[in-house]
Amino acid sequence: MAGAAPYNDERAREIIKAHMSLEGPALPILHALMEEFGHVPESAVKDMAEALNISRAEMHGVVSFYHDFHREPHGRHTLKICRAESCQSMGAEKQANEFLAKLKLSWGETTPDGALTVEPVYCLGLCAHSPSALIDGEPVGCVDMETLDEIVAEARR
Amino acid sequence: MTKIYVPLDMAAVAMGADRLVAAIEKEAAARGQKVQIVRNGSRGMLWLEPLVEVETPAGRVGYGPVKTKDVAALFDAGFLSGGAHPLSIGKVDDHPWMRQQNRITFARVGVIDPLSIAEYEAHGGGAGLARALQLGPAATIEEVTKSGLRGRGGAGFPTGIKWKTVADAPADRRYVVVNADEGDSGTFADRMLMEGDPLSLIEGMIICGYAINGTKGYVYLRSEYPQTAKVFQAAIEAARKAGWLGDNVRGSGFKFDIELRVGAGAYVCGEETSLLESLEGKRGIVRAKPPLPAHEGLFGKPTVVNNVLSMGTIPMILEKGAQHYADLGVGRSRGTMPLQIAGNVKFGGLFETDFGIPLGTIVNDIAGGTRSGRPVRAVQVGGPLGAYVPVSLFDLPFDYEAFAAKDSLIGHGGLVLFDDTVDMLWMARFGMEFCAIESCGKCTPCRIGSTRGVETIDKIRRGEDVEANIELLKDLCHTMKFGSLCALGGFAPYPVESALRHFPEDFHKPALEAAAE
Repeated sequence: MAGAAPYNDERAREIIKAHMSLEGPALPILHALMEEFGHVPESAVKDMAEALNISRAEMHGVVSFYHDFHREPHGRHTLKICRAESCQSMGAEKQANEFLAKLKLSWGETTPDGALTVEPVYCLGLCAHSPSALIDGEPVGCVDMETLDEIVAEARR
Repeated sequence: MTKIYVPLDMAAVAMGADRLVAAIEKEAAARGQKVQIVRNGSRGMLWLEPLVEVETPAGRVGYGPVKTKDVAALFDAGFLSGGAHPLSIGKVDDHPWMRQQNRITFARVGVIDPLSIAEYEAHGGGAGLARALQLGPAATIEEVTKSGLRGRGGAGFPTGIKWKTVADAPADRRYVVVNADEGDSGTFADRMLMEGDPLSLIEGMIICGYAINGTKGYVYLRSEYPQTAKVFQAAIEAARKAGWLGDNVRGSGFKFDIELRVGAGAYVCGEETSLLESLEGKRGIVRAKPPLPAHEGLFGKPTVVNNVLSMGTIPMILEKGAQHYADLGVGRSRGTMPLQIAGNVKFGGLFETDFGIPLGTIVNDIAGGTRSGRPVRAVQVGGPLGAYVPVSLFDLPFDYEAFAAKDSLIGHGGLVLFDDTVDMLWMARFGMEFCAIESCGKCTPCRIGSTRGVETIDKIRRGEDVEANIELLKDLCHTMKFGSLCALGGFAPYPVESALRHFPEDFHKPALEAAAE
């Protein structure tokens, strides 16, 4: 899966450099770092600020603004469950709360074995197949508790 | 060799289309039958996904929804020659869902291989650009203006006027930006167009670039659509290879290229100025207007920011002429709207039709009511910032002005159905909660108001000073509506106010009853 590589300053600088010819390269760089390492640590923020010629505070502001970028590594797999209105119309909120309670997690937390992080997402555009979810970027429609249990079992394998 | 179509659309994939392709290939090989599988877009009959179509001499015959366990039985039934099977829906073009539509923006979606330039051209693609190159930039803009096309992102601003403003602004560089940050719950038309007919969006952007004298286009796509990113990137590469993009667009000497940029999970980046900040690599904080993006947009240069549907409709307008499009629709809402019908719905999907169709017809006749089989209680139209419309307003015609007159909006054309089990106080609370999570934080009414809104609704839920708190909530909504910098804070009160207005009983439940739930 994506984001599994251990963090490496040299490799991070290579990634930053490879994007410097783009106009407004910050988001493409951050996505590439997430893709490679699964998170954006402080040293990456420092290197990016230097390359983009902005302050570290400003760079930190960008990283922290977006839900997709995080400073600490997540679980080995990421499950995003839709909480938006369309999914709620099919009982997604109740189902998600029961699922989280079963795993003893809150939104955004990772199972203690590091297998799965569960995040909320606000619409996946699969609204005729509500409730919907994304597991490691793969879409799933008409999600029921059985599907969610299978996802957990698969993630722990 | 029999041609079989299995959609690559993200909704079809979510229902198992990729596994289905593998199963069909395996079964065909085991039976020694030669098949060619084409990954098309979705026809929009989403309750039938994955919808498998087989090309027969009589036309394309559909089967759906097909699961991998159905594959052997389909071969047994002779589906490769359109054989009868319980999953058969007959000829796809004859299906009532397809026949009742007027597909203009979505004419090719589901029909062609989205990544084939040859099929795109065989179905009329490229004719719009050819005509634009003949007309010249000024007459191209004139044509767009005359068609009456309005921005499909929600605001409904006339597209031609926006283009002219950008073309007339003095500058050394101008940008074309497409807003594909389709964050509204219940909407998926941008996604379906970009997956099912990405070349129409690319052609629309080239025409726009030519008309405003810009050489660079960006598509800002939300990260929640990984499948769309894959397909659209492949389409850009196909267009480059075919000479549609690059230093000499289709041999015209005009230079234009497109870059796909992926957002990072911030709903507010669907607001155009926040989107521009994000493209520049900054926090997605809303800019105060003026200056308009048409004067000072991306990197301070004049910029056209259009929705995917508006831009994707441009080639057809140029191909068939402004009048053809202007003849459709009602009042100041010209042309067609791709409706997206979702939520607790029996027949959910994409349905493109002329403006003016009554809401009740869409909900009851086209969508067949709820999936749960219970009565419809409310329809949220226009996403998380749109109003909840009760059944008593089902005669409302679907057009910008008619909805505005009832304190509602059509937004991006999404409809989310709710049955009679919905708790409207909870939905109002969620509207405020969502605004609090997604607020960019620049202006106080949105940043603080949304959090105070959640707290006030919680008080009402607990039965504390209900009447006084409802008054307070209304006052708060008023402040947010008129004091917020952009549509996030400005429109977040719509679902709340509509819930209060049309479903007051949900705000007056005894506290104990609410606590027991």
